[in-house]
Amino acid sequence: MPPTPAATRPQGFRAGAKAALPLCLALVAFGMSFGVLARANGFGVVAPLVMSMTTFTGASQFAVVSILGAGGGLGAAVVAAVLLASRYLPIGLTVAPALKGSRASRLGQAQLVIDESWAVANRGDGTVDRETLLGAGIVLYLSWQVGTLAGLLGGDLIGDPSRLGLDAAFPALFLALLVPQLRTRQAVLAAVAGGLIALVLTPFTRVGIPVVAASAACLAGWWRR
Amino acid sequence: MSDIWAAVVIVGVAAIALKAAGPVAVGGRPLPPRIMLLVGTLAPALLAAFVVTNTFGQGRSLALDARAVGLAAAGLCIWLKAPLLVTIVAAALATAITRAM
Repeated sequence: MPPTPAATRPQGFRAGAKAALPLCLALVAFGMSFGVLARANGFGVVAPLVMSMTTFTGASQFAVVSILGAGGGLGAAVVAAVLLASRYLPIGLTVAPALKGSRASRLGQAQLVIDESWAVANRGDGTVDRETLLGAGIVLYLSWQVGTLAGLLGGDLIGDPSRLGLDAAFPALFLALLVPQLRTRQAVLAAVAGGLIALVLTPFTRVGIPVVAASAACLAGWWRR
Repeated sequence: MSDIWAAVVIVGVAAIALKAAGPVAVGGRPLPPRIMLLVGTLAPALLAAFVVTNTFGQGRSLALDARAVGLAAAGLCIWLKAPLLVTIVAAALATAITRAM
């Protein structure tokens, strides 16, 4: 085992909620654009809201709305959305040791996992801080619901979130959380390999597969020390 | 059931199951050390993939656009050890300005 590095940022429920705050605006904005798109594609109000509350992963939701909206079949929409969500299988494994309580309670807590809450709660040594995950998860969950509802009811208040550069908030967050983790040869190797796999596969595979395939780069963990 | 509701239900159940599979199956206790070694490098691997797909991915193709400028701004902020909020705002601002030009 490598020496356990100290936590790279404050941990705990409040720290998680606070770390998620900078992303609230971006999540509300994208939730709004999801609501607007769903409404425009004939999804009504209730279905998109139920989707945001249960699915709670933006990429899959956008896939369903845009594929069905463009006249694509149910099968195509479901396959794309499930492939996009399949990264939560490996992510769930990293979260598993941290979640306490009964099976039902762990199932519930796991629903607060999205890329951003997981990234913020990562300690940098392979473990996840449960309180940070839940704090960030709750803030982001509420932002997503508020955004969806506002988009469905209020419509296009802010227009395209990319005009405000909000789509760049996500890679910035991920980079900011990646850099402090690059303290061992294995971590650097995994990051380089993961990034390359995703980059190379993007033009050749269905959306969602590059990220799942990139998790194979974790094999760098078995590299000799 | 309409296609819309069928998709909402199927994708919802799938997402809930995918997120919960690990925590329900092996949650609440430490994983074997050899597996922990892989879990430890899974984070940098996935984070790097997120950075790449969110910056250069455009559906099924690659694009070099204003997001790359945002990422560069974020990189500069990280190098200068700026707070997370500053890093994120700088990335959004740099991207928005590049798009407006």
